[in-house]
Amino acid sequence: MAKTIEGLYYSESHEYVKVEGEYGYVGITDYAQEQLGNVVYVDMPEVDDEVTAGEEFGAVESVKAASDLISPVSGVVVEINADLEDQPELINQDAFGTWIMKVKLSDPSEVDNLLSAADYENCCK
Amino acid sequence: MNNTYYGKLIFELSTPGCIGYSLPENQWSGHTLEDLPANLLREGETILPEVDELTAVRHYTNMSNNNFGVDTGFYPLGSCTMKYNPKINEEMASLPGFTALHPHQPEYTAQGALELYYNVQKSLSEIAGLHEFTLNPFAGAHGELTGLMVIRTYHEKRGDLKRTKIIVPDSAHGTNPASAAVCGLQIVEVKSTPDGTVDVEDLKPLLGDDIAGMMMTNPNTLGIFETKIPEIARLVHECGGLMYYDGANLNPMLGVCRPGDMGFDVMHINLHKTFSTPHGGGGPGSGPVGVRKGLEEYLPNPQVKRQEDGYFTLVNNPESLGSVSAFLGNFGIVIRAYAYLLSLGKEYIPMAGKLSVLNANYIKEHLKEYYKLPIDVLCKHEFVFDGLREEYGGDHHDPSHVTTLDVAKRLLDYGYHAPTIYFPLLFHEAMMIEPTETESKKTLDEFIDVMKKIALEARDQRELLKTAPHHTPVRRLDDVKAVKEPKFTYKTL
Amino acid sequence: MKYFPHTANDLQEMLKVVGVSSLEELYSEVPEELKFNKELALPSAMSEIEVRRVIGSLEQSNEQLISFAGAGVYDHYTPSVVPYIASRSEFSTSYTPYQAEISQGTLQYIFEYQTMMADLTGMDISNASMYDGSTATAEAMMMCVAAAKKRNRVLISETFNPAVMRVVETYAKFHGVDLVKVPAKDGVTDMCAIQALLEADDVAGVLVCQPNYYGIIEDFTGLADMCHAHKALLAINTMASALGVLKSPGQWGADIACGEAQSLGIPMCYGGPYIGYLCTTNALVRKMPGRLVGATTDMDGKRCFVLTMQAREQHIRREKATSNICTAQGIMCLYVASYLALMGKKGLREVNEQSYGAAHELHKRLLALPCFTEAYPGKPFLNEFTLKCSLDISALQDNAYIDGFIAGVKAEAKEDEIIFAATEQRSPEEVEALVESIAAFCAEQGL
Repeated sequence: MAKTIEGLYYSESHEYVKVEGEYGYVGITDYAQEQLGNVVYVDMPEVDDEVTAGEEFGAVESVKAASDLISPVSGVVVEINADLEDQPELINQDAFGTWIMKVKLSDPSEVDNLLSAADYENCCK
Repeated sequence: MNNTYYGKLIFELSTPGCIGYSLPENQWSGHTLEDLPANLLREGETILPEVDELTAVRHYTNMSNNNFGVDTGFYPLGSCTMKYNPKINEEMASLPGFTALHPHQPEYTAQGALELYYNVQKSLSEIAGLHEFTLNPFAGAHGELTGLMVIRTYHEKRGDLKRTKIIVPDSAHGTNPASAAVCGLQIVEVKSTPDGTVDVEDLKPLLGDDIAGMMMTNPNTLGIFETKIPEIARLVHECGGLMYYDGANLNPMLGVCRPGDMGFDVMHINLHKTFSTPHGGGGPGSGPVGVRKGLEEYLPNPQVKRQEDGYFTLVNNPESLGSVSAFLGNFGIVIRAYAYLLSLGKEYIPMAGKLSVLNANYIKEHLKEYYKLPIDVLCKHEFVFDGLREEYGGDHHDPSHVTTLDVAKRLLDYGYHAPTIYFPLLFHEAMMIEPTETESKKTLDEFIDVMKKIALEARDQRELLKTAPHHTPVRRLDDVKAVKEPKFTYKTL
Repeated sequence: MKYFPHTANDLQEMLKVVGVSSLEELYSEVPEELKFNKELALPSAMSEIEVRRVIGSLEQSNEQLISFAGAGVYDHYTPSVVPYIASRSEFSTSYTPYQAEISQGTLQYIFEYQTMMADLTGMDISNASMYDGSTATAEAMMMCVAAAKKRNRVLISETFNPAVMRVVETYAKFHGVDLVKVPAKDGVTDMCAIQALLEADDVAGVLVCQPNYYGIIEDFTGLADMCHAHKALLAINTMASALGVLKSPGQWGADIACGEAQSLGIPMCYGGPYIGYLCTTNALVRKMPGRLVGATTDMDGKRCFVLTMQAREQHIRREKATSNICTAQGIMCLYVASYLALMGKKGLREVNEQSYGAAHELHKRLLALPCFTEAYPGKPFLNEFTLKCSLDISALQDNAYIDGFIAGVKAEAKEDEIIFAATEQRSPEEVEALVESIAAFCAEQGL
């Protein structure tokens, strides 16, 4: 059974954001990695790219599926998880420990539109 | 099978100094490539192998032994219509009066070729109930793209520029939305009802003055005839859109029901499915596009026309959507389809469709006690199982259950090609079976027995299926490794 | 009907199992008003003898001519082994190798083809082939736009074959690509014009071709750097046989190599089936359209081949796919791979050497006739060249057809220019005979 973590914010398209100060760490949920199976490639944005809540910022690919990544927040990408370039399977091993991009949030209040862990669990049922 | 040769690549058989060609002595003294400016010439040698003729022949012959075709055995690959490819077709297509024709030679020296092309256009028009066809598109997906270009051109010529959306059912082949995207259209998805057909109530609110048209496959990808097609066509026409028929599943309708009569305006046909031309390991195919009267001007250039005096001519029509091929498409495939059309004639073309439907239903009835049949109706040329029934394969939610993939791999051990698996996406364990009309009752009975046997193996010897296939030239492959450690050329091995 | 194996007994038994009383009843759910219920207006079924007679008579009414025409399609030698191998039905009656365990034959020849094309073009990778050269070029254009993300302008040289240009223009129009034509100067791409167009920094890609429509080998020195300085991709379309001897797209610094590979052993067959190739760099693999075969191992550790990187494709990505294409030209791929295997390093060079010799001899001999002058003096060419003709070109060609020749191709949009090509299949006697035929026509016309 897929797990969730309290304190993170979730989107219906199965991304999460972990907020630390003015930054947000964005990744895909444990449920999403389970559905995808073996992740073989993550198409990540570039540092300094602008991302917008509700819009695509990359894609995650398994052997038999590919799915767009939809940003749960708006802002500017300040860092990407370079480990994923060579080890995309880290997402399968620990989805919540493996963020994809770090975003400087332009509107921290946006997270209020996202789901709580409990609401997200309901949404996956 | 010659295991000594198995697995060697042609590059590994290369011996410096060997040659596999024969050319005349160079008789053009005084002219040499060395005269060209050095900076225009290739630097370094090519990787091409050096092999003698027999080495090459054995190489490919042994490779062919690792392949499975319709001529090898039963190939019930759903949605692909793997019917028998008659050999007379091949004989006709290899006649030198066709193969030696240069596409730039003048019309009056290629009248036979143009007449053949024209005759196929006309035959397809009659079978489809449409006014005019082009045979220029190279494949089914290319036909879809061409057909959508016709639809966009039609709206543009009327000055109606806001129609930028196309409706596609959620059960459609992946090529439908992909072709629409290449054609610059936005996709609007319409849902299916639990019985697998288009949900008319879901469709209604989608219709408006921004809709260019709707793409449909009928029978659809579940092998079910869309009985509401008259209403759907009426609704789409009322909103100003055109109806596109994906001819991938035309085979069962041959002579029974024509797309033009169902209300479709534009369609493509896959000659490599319905008209028996070989699939060739993926191609070349051919995807003729037909249109109703009023749209024929928009078909791609060049267009083949017959003059009143019976002379055939190539026309570049200024009203056309443009060109989708440099010449007349895959002419060699058109010759094969013509041989098939002549062989079957008006008497047997309708029989092909009916027998394909009979064969599909016969298998379905025999196997539905063993495999889960989510929609139990009279199917057309194909049907979809949603994996093994629970009493044989286990609960679908149990990660160790016997999957459709396991069944497919086990079928290979018994000498059959697998059905199409994991499509359509409406079911998790989809297994789409299309036998075609060219298979005998005896072949079907044997296949049915094997499918039953596999169901029992799934119940009693699960590991046997999980590790299948056991008797194929290679075993299950590591496809994760293929993506994560990509090797696309010999040099990178 | 020999393709339908059902006996009358079979039919009765099968209908019973299905629970219907007739074949017609299998369509009971189809609304009556949709049913055709008529006889198709088509000829009656024919026996093989009759099929041979009808199609044979159509075949006979075509004329087989000695070709000095090119313009994208060349009459090259095909070793007898090539069609023999390609007609093996284990290859031809199979489909896309979804079940890799029983499709290693198809997968392996595609892998060999990919290796050969990547090497010939000087690129990292090749896909498993495309429909033809024109659509491969259109796909290269769309690939440039997809890779650039926010740019949709693509430059294309006017020196492209017009038949290819029309297809690229059609795709551009519908796909929403702003395709800008780069003018030609003295028969070659105007590099200064490219430089000027790149300055706006809104160009996704630049498409040029080699040899160009007029047969001229263009010099792309500096072009790749020029493109890359403005973050535009460079795609070079090369006639495939020429890759054996001309500087490769990779050596010019291209990001994409594409084109028509009919010249690698495929019969002319009135325009198809042919095969397009598309090669690129490792960096662009996920933007590449089409099938791709990769090497891997099976569960016993044996080397084998499989369709891979499928997450780019339509059956998974639907409208987000890199292309709608789901075809690899399988059998044509086998044609090319087996042709290149047999010709090898030396043969491909020899074919080019002899085509070069035949074309240059023809060039010399034709220029000695009173009706021809050089259209693009001093420009280097391989197996094809363009002349200016002072006589009516159609009349000159009609006259040559009577003597059994296709005397070149009239250049599009240039009333007085004609393009001739020659291959290793043309003998000195044939060259002599063509020259004599045209000389006689000149004399008739009072020249």
